[in-house]
Amino acid sequence: MRQYILRRCWHMLITLFALMTIMFFLFRLLPGDPAMTVISSAMYPKAQEAMRAQFGLDKPLLQQYLIYLQNLITFDFGYSFHSSRSVSELLGGRIVNTLVLILPSMILAYLLGAVLGALMGWYRGGRFETAMVLVFTVLQAAPVFWLGMLAILLFSINLGWFPPGHLVTPGMFVNRDLWMYLSADFLHHLALPFIVHTSYQIAFPLLLMRSSMLSTAGEDFVEFARIKGLPERRILFRHAARNSMLPVATTIPMILGWALAGSVVIETVFSWPGLGLLMIEGVQRSDFPVVQAAFYLIAVLTILGTFVADILYGILDPRIVYD
Amino acid sequence: MNALVHFVQAVRQSRSGRISLNIVTGFLVLALIGPWIAPYGPFERVYDGAGDLVRLSPPSAQHWLGTTNLGRDVLSQMLWGVRSAMIIGFATAFGVVAIGVNIGLVSGYFGGRIDALMMRITDIFLGLPFLPFIIVILSITERNTTTIIIAMTLVMWRSAARVIRAQVLSLKQQPFVAAARTTGGSNATIIYREIAPNIMPIALVNVAFSLAWAIITEASIGFLGYGAAKSISWGTIIHDAYASQLMYQAWWWVMPPGIAIMVLVSSVYFLGRAYEHVINPRLARQ
Repeated sequence: MRQYILRRCWHMLITLFALMTIMFFLFRLLPGDPAMTVISSAMYPKAQEAMRAQFGLDKPLLQQYLIYLQNLITFDFGYSFHSSRSVSELLGGRIVNTLVLILPSMILAYLLGAVLGALMGWYRGGRFETAMVLVFTVLQAAPVFWLGMLAILLFSINLGWFPPGHLVTPGMFVNRDLWMYLSADFLHHLALPFIVHTSYQIAFPLLLMRSSMLSTAGEDFVEFARIKGLPERRILFRHAARNSMLPVATTIPMILGWALAGSVVIETVFSWPGLGLLMIEGVQRSDFPVVQAAFYLIAVLTILGTFVADILYGILDPRIVYD
Repeated sequence: MNALVHFVQAVRQSRSGRISLNIVTGFLVLALIGPWIAPYGPFERVYDGAGDLVRLSPPSAQHWLGTTNLGRDVLSQMLWGVRSAMIIGFATAFGVVAIGVNIGLVSGYFGGRIDALMMRITDIFLGLPFLPFIIVILSITERNTTTIIIAMTLVMWRSAARVIRAQVLSLKQQPFVAAARTTGGSNATIIYREIAPNIMPIALVNVAFSLAWAIITEASIGFLGYGAAKSISWGTIIHDAYASQLMYQAWWWVMPPGIAIMVLVSSVYFLGRAYEHVINPRLARQ
């Protein structure tokens, strides 16, 4: 077990390192010279040179690369081209906003999806079950941003139940602290994106759990539990569902990574000020330090999320052999 | 070609497979003839008899799906959009599976260091956040159909490679591989003549799921405003409605692309699943 965790750590470090290297080259392939966004060609050549020196662009590429690595590791992302504030300042709270939306919603989606999927797989074959499979497949096929727009149209604009976006009512909170995240106003704003994201994400674990149950239901140990005369509900949840969980649990790391990466879309629809929206805004303003930082943090969260989920999975299922 | 015939025969065995196959075929036909039967061009501004721009007209006999704020016919945009969804979807799906199959075959067959290295590279790609990565690439390069396909393929091949590799690992143990080796077949012959035909079914399942995923991703890219610059796609239609802030008044503008994506993508999912059930009878035991 310890060796498994250590190896997994080592692999995570390699992945992080590779990611940083890919980013270094990616952002240096930008059209023209990224520095030209701030260094105007109308400046005196001397002044241009001075600014290049200030950004460290006069140094050899290798040295630039090393400085770049050091900056990413220490979370020093420089200054925004757009607002001249430091990028770290702009990032404040953004990570929390993304996680507060995505994580609870993924946990709920997997829990609900597993229970509903288990029931559907157990009581299979009925009209109701066939209809549910159709509904959830169609739901999974719908673009989540479009679902979000429909939800805003129905619940915010027509019914007026929820605000159509943003983190809190503008101007209501001076300090973005813990109290804000616990306030009724925040939860009211969170509700709609949360519901949309959860109902979109639920389809995958649900359908997978259902088909996993279908194959478990025919296994000998389920027959055996029946012969023993155990109550149906006990067989369903204690025996069949428990064993069907494994293939579903395996997908958590991957799907969590997808959900974090997909935050770009859901945050855009609901104007939710998370990392994804920050990145999109940065791209639109050619604010590359911001784009780079947001992209990097989404990737780090993805890699960390995958790592944690992998370790948890390894603890849950002792049979797993790491090769 | 044989694989395709087998695919069609297999999915036609179930009712959901037949219905989905008809829907997907219908969309393919629309992709071919859409631009011809579309009453207007995708960016054409429509004027009425009095010479006024037909802005935000609800569905009517003249405009079945209404018009946009710039007087463009939504039905025509939808019909033009089928083609770009299909081209980008299929090209990406085949690209993804072609890379996945080759990496999976080589990695699974040779094993050892080659396998370790290739799987490490796959893991690195798995760590890349897919949509942000595509957006960054598209903000760096020119945005056209080709770059979108390349950007999407770059981040999507990774899961196909893993699935194929797992399949190759178990196929490698089969007697026919050992037989081919004793008769003096080279590695390349064994990989591409003996093993590759056997992974065709699973590769086709992957084509279906990649196609579904590619269509949704293409729409997401369009929605975020990074669609191909000079062409229309379902995602860009939603983007235009969203950006104009008129989407909540003009339902006829927002509903068609979403519904089209939902119908097409779920049919592709059902096709993939129907085929999966035929090639893997364990799944069908219901």
